Amino acid sequence: MSDPSRSRTAVDPDQGPPDPPAKGKRMAAPGTRTSEEKSTRRPAAGKADTTRVLAVPKGRTGAARILLGRDAIMIYVLVVVVLYASLVIPRFASPVTVGFLLLDVIPTLLIALPMTLVIISGEIDLSVASIAGLTSALMGVLWQGGMPIALVLVICVLAGLVAGAFNGVLIAYLGLPSLAVTIGTLALFRGLALVVIGDNAVANFPPGLTSFFTSKIGGTGIPTVMVGVVVLIVAFAVVLHFTPFGRGLFALGYSKEAATFVGIDVARSKFLLYLATGTVSAFAGIYWTLRYSSARSDNASGLELAVIAAVLLGGVSIFGGKGSIPGVLAGVLLIGTINYALKLDRVSEVVLIIVTGSLLILSVVAPNIAAAVQRARHARQVRAAPLP
Amino acid sequence: MTHPADHGIEAPDPTDPDRTSVLTLRGALKTFGPVVALADGTVELAAGEIHALVGENGAGKSTLVKILAGVHQPDAGEFLVAGQPVSFRNVADSKAAGISVIYQEPTLFPDLTVAENIFVGRQPKGRFGLISRIEMRRRAGELFDQLGVPIDPDRVAEGLSIADQQIIEIAKAISLDARVLVMDEPTAALSGVEVDRLFAVARRLRDSGSGILFISHRFDEVFGLCDRITVMRDGTYIATHETGATSVEAIVREMVGRDIDALFPKTETEAGDVVLRVSGLTRPGVFHDIDFEVRAGEIVALSGLVGAGRTEVARAVFGIDRYESGTVEMAGRPLRRKDPRAAIDAGIGFVPEDRRKQGLVMDLSVERNAALTLRHSLARFGLISGRAEREAAETWGKRLQVKAGSPEHAVSTLSGGNQQKVVLAKWLATDPKLLIVDEPTRGIDVGTKAEVHRLLSELAGRGIAILMISSELPEVLGMADRVLVMREGRITGRLDRAEATAETVMHAATASLEASR
Amino acid sequence: MSLDGTVGAAPAHPTAPHSRPSALANLLRLRELPVILALVVLVAVTAALNPLFLSEQGIKDLLLNATILMILAVGQTLVIITRNIDLSVGSILGLVAFGTGSIFVAAPNLPIIAVFVLGMLFGAVLGALNGLLITIAKVPALVITLGTLYIFRGVNNAWAGGTQYFAGDRPEAFGNLSVDTVLGFPVITLIAVVVVAIVAVYMLGTRPGRDLYAIGSDPDAARLFGIPVTRRVLLAFVVNGLLAGLAGVLYASRFNSVGATTGSGLELDVVAAAVVGGVAIFGGSGTVVGAAIGALLLTTITSALTALRVDKFWQQAIVGILILAAVVIDRLASVRAARKLRMLEARNV
Repeated sequence: MSDPSRSRTAVDPDQGPPDPPAKGKRMAAPGTRTSEEKSTRRPAAGKADTTRVLAVPKGRTGAARILLGRDAIMIYVLVVVVLYASLVIPRFASPVTVGFLLLDVIPTLLIALPMTLVIISGEIDLSVASIAGLTSALMGVLWQGGMPIALVLVICVLAGLVAGAFNGVLIAYLGLPSLAVTIGTLALFRGLALVVIGDNAVANFPPGLTSFFTSKIGGTGIPTVMVGVVVLIVAFAVVLHFTPFGRGLFALGYSKEAATFVGIDVARSKFLLYLATGTVSAFAGIYWTLRYSSARSDNASGLELAVIAAVLLGGVSIFGGKGSIPGVLAGVLLIGTINYALKLDRVSEVVLIIVTGSLLILSVVAPNIAAAVQRARHARQVRAAPLP
Repeated sequence: MTHPADHGIEAPDPTDPDRTSVLTLRGALKTFGPVVALADGTVELAAGEIHALVGENGAGKSTLVKILAGVHQPDAGEFLVAGQPVSFRNVADSKAAGISVIYQEPTLFPDLTVAENIFVGRQPKGRFGLISRIEMRRRAGELFDQLGVPIDPDRVAEGLSIADQQIIEIAKAISLDARVLVMDEPTAALSGVEVDRLFAVARRLRDSGSGILFISHRFDEVFGLCDRITVMRDGTYIATHETGATSVEAIVREMVGRDIDALFPKTETEAGDVVLRVSGLTRPGVFHDIDFEVRAGEIVALSGLVGAGRTEVARAVFGIDRYESGTVEMAGRPLRRKDPRAAIDAGIGFVPEDRRKQGLVMDLSVERNAALTLRHSLARFGLISGRAEREAAETWGKRLQVKAGSPEHAVSTLSGGNQQKVVLAKWLATDPKLLIVDEPTRGIDVGTKAEVHRLLSELAGRGIAILMISSELPEVLGMADRVLVMREGRITGRLDRAEATAETVMHAATASLEASR
Repeated sequence: MSLDGTVGAAPAHPTAPHSRPSALANLLRLRELPVILALVVLVAVTAALNPLFLSEQGIKDLLLNATILMILAVGQTLVIITRNIDLSVGSILGLVAFGTGSIFVAAPNLPIIAVFVLGMLFGAVLGALNGLLITIAKVPALVITLGTLYIFRGVNNAWAGGTQYFAGDRPEAFGNLSVDTVLGFPVITLIAVVVVAIVAVYMLGTRPGRDLYAIGSDPDAARLFGIPVTRRVLLAFVVNGLLAGLAGVLYASRFNSVGATTGSGLELDVVAAAVVGGVAIFGGSGTVVGAAIGALLLTTITSALTALRVDKFWQQAIVGILILAAVVIDRLASVRAARKLRMLEARNV
């Protein structure tokens, strides 16, 4: 649930009733007027102050900060898991692995990108998998109806855009809670997918296209479509971390009101984010359809929770304001790798689900426990040291 | 560190020799990690008195209040209630001991009804041990009758004015038979009438034998209401005085530990061209026909009572809120309405009244906060780098002497005064032509206050136009070149520096009341 | 000019009109009103077009279909009111339902009541696990219960594997709970109604119940106030788990087979039912009765559309529209209330 404390303020003093005029106590004491500046003396700096004037070099340098950060730890864990799997699990370290692992992970990876931005801005989108399903259904029906495939693809992406815009209008411009709205559109879009295609399945997509979606780049095992995915990853990372718009998202994730006061258009920013989730979900739907060569209404169902789990595991705060694309990439790939390694090792999918859930919980509980331990240790030190 | 006995805390009150202590705190110590929040928290509250607790921000008043409220547990010290030593584990213990705390922003439950808010956790029970709503409503009604205020016990608390919320807190305290009422800056967000009503209620409670601890930054209130004054500085008890036997100057001296000779150092400057021109600005029910202009190098104060529409006008000018008709022009060019970005681009900076909610993103780092206004201008080819951000933040942080552990620390770790400096820094970094400051020194300690005033004066000297909203008359009179007074959403007084006195400003602010008499 | 001394002359707050709300006004203020109206209209229109809809069997089916969702929605409401959420209820239901099937196979002679108790205890333990993780580690409920959604489901998968238990594996008396009726009501529906009534009274008429509203209304204030927030939130999760456990046992009675995937995907339906029933997604307001009616409305729609011979593929889309409508109506109502208050206060000035 997005942060409750920001979703509701008890009473806004500005909205209070206009006060009847009266002699305010507040204005009763005229001070001594000093029209000339008598003193240019700076008031003495703070008392018992352990802090410093800004710009003094700080304890931990930039490099250390990056190497010990939350993202870095996720990446270390990912590297360790990959190394371990390569050494212990036969046949893991091969181009085939890379290929299948990535092919499996692409839908989650795609949707996780805009989802990261949405959650950082303090909202959520549960309708992503339904949008993917709707796109898939639409694709099947239009293709079967004899429309040229290029046009079909364009219409599908537009459909995702429109679905995202629908969410966006309700959440950004009408100010409705995103959790509730997207539970609604989760049902609505999946329902529309059913309306569009019923319980039919369309499978006869152009073979050239479907084989392109499972093809690999040379002997590397890397799927060709990864090129497009990487472009999207870079685009989202740049937008989030290196643009004024991205800066605004972090700010508004923490405090919408403060963001408004520095000229961030909160409604527009959110609307754009939902457009992005809609569009990228459509990409995921198209990918899903062509990769499995099957357009069905229930494609990608349940994917929304998998995506959110991966994003949160990647260090994005559900309250908004915190998170990064590299961290999320590590989160998605970690789940994908463990998934694939376990499958190769003939461990049932059961364990995988449990591992995913445990990782998610661990990823949020562990920092809290670490902080508590640190506090306790600190308190002990303070008690041991003589007080000033 | 001074010992209480040196300052005659036990000095008998000539008017009431039987006065007994309802609450005594001596030498309370509270540390948070390495930080000593309270070194010697000492206060002695007698039955039937209103006792002021004053000190700069960071003097340890809030920590002391939280110890009384049972929120914090002191690490050392003596704590007596009605002569008996106590040790509160939590808020409930404090309440059970008869202590009620009313915070600056009351903590009501917005979804519950007024009556239920009063009786949360101890709702009267009726049949089958279930809560009796009728009984609850009746008792709430009685309390409000007793206080002489008409509040509907059945309405939900959401949307109540701060003043009404405080009255509900007081009703709660009465229903709890509180012997000690602690009011932590209760008047900060109240208008004149509301303050008067609150004080009337406080006096009535005092006369019925309760002890009231009153925390305020406003000396007029402290001297007008309180029987004794306890001063704190740097987490340490300094002295307790009978109100009649001391003066504002003496108290201020004790608070800051030095003399303050230049609180309001506005230098005279030559006003330049018109920077901001507002004409006919109207939002029905909020403000009407607002006309004024601010020139370069000029400080124009927007004065009046809280609720007169001052902040609303400023918000509309800056584009936060909508307005129905009228125009806002910056340097001769009309400004789009409801578009803060356009206002910023046109050279307006806005230091809002609520620093924590509006001025800063509290959880974001100092440097990110300081650079937030610059995010577009710092970008090269649409991209922004952390280095550029840091450099900008450091430049302005240094210039304003912002004291922070590190520019990467969350701005919430800074003191109130330093937070306000970060707000100012982020606007000054945009090189504004007009700076709107709304209550620029609210809740800031005396030392930083003077620094802010000096800074505003300096900025005006450099040709920046400043529109200042302030509820503190000394600040208005000391700082402003011109004073605009608002009442009920209209400008009722335009005074230049020579004309502006406490009397003329007050008259314009309250004229209708005079006329109706 | 005297600046002091005139204080007493300043008029106190002008007297606000002290009107006692009439019964009708109270009814109109009810958050549950839209959902009740929607249900009444839906049933009336459907019955008018297809009289069979309200036949004895028709009503029985309606109620049977709603029972399980109703119980889950009541539990979820407790949690949502405290400004939390429990996404793991579908998985809890699945585990308990499969557990129930296993118990009957392992101990066919165990009294049915004991099975109910065991199932509810099992659910309560799972709920307590959620609650403990959330309150002790102070981690958002959405994240924790998303995690336990997977973990519980994984355990269910591991436990069940490919095994499924069918109605034939269970005593007839147990299955009959979903067939027999008392006064036209199926027994399991009566159980649900009793649950709703008990929880409703608890929420309305006891101090811990009211504490839950206070906590959801403002958690920090509640803590400051001395309300045992941790204990109350834990209680909400335990009760929710207990009710999900009950729903799991009833599921085993009502449906033919229970296995590894029983109850998956239910969590969002449950939250949807609560939202449709007027429970505010950010806590503090809403009632369990509303949530129960919300559940009834959601399941009734499915039956009504069938009765009206609407394409079955439209059902889910209509459910989605209903949820959105509930959210929009809630917002409109609060906007209207706020405007009314503003006007009232403006007049007072």
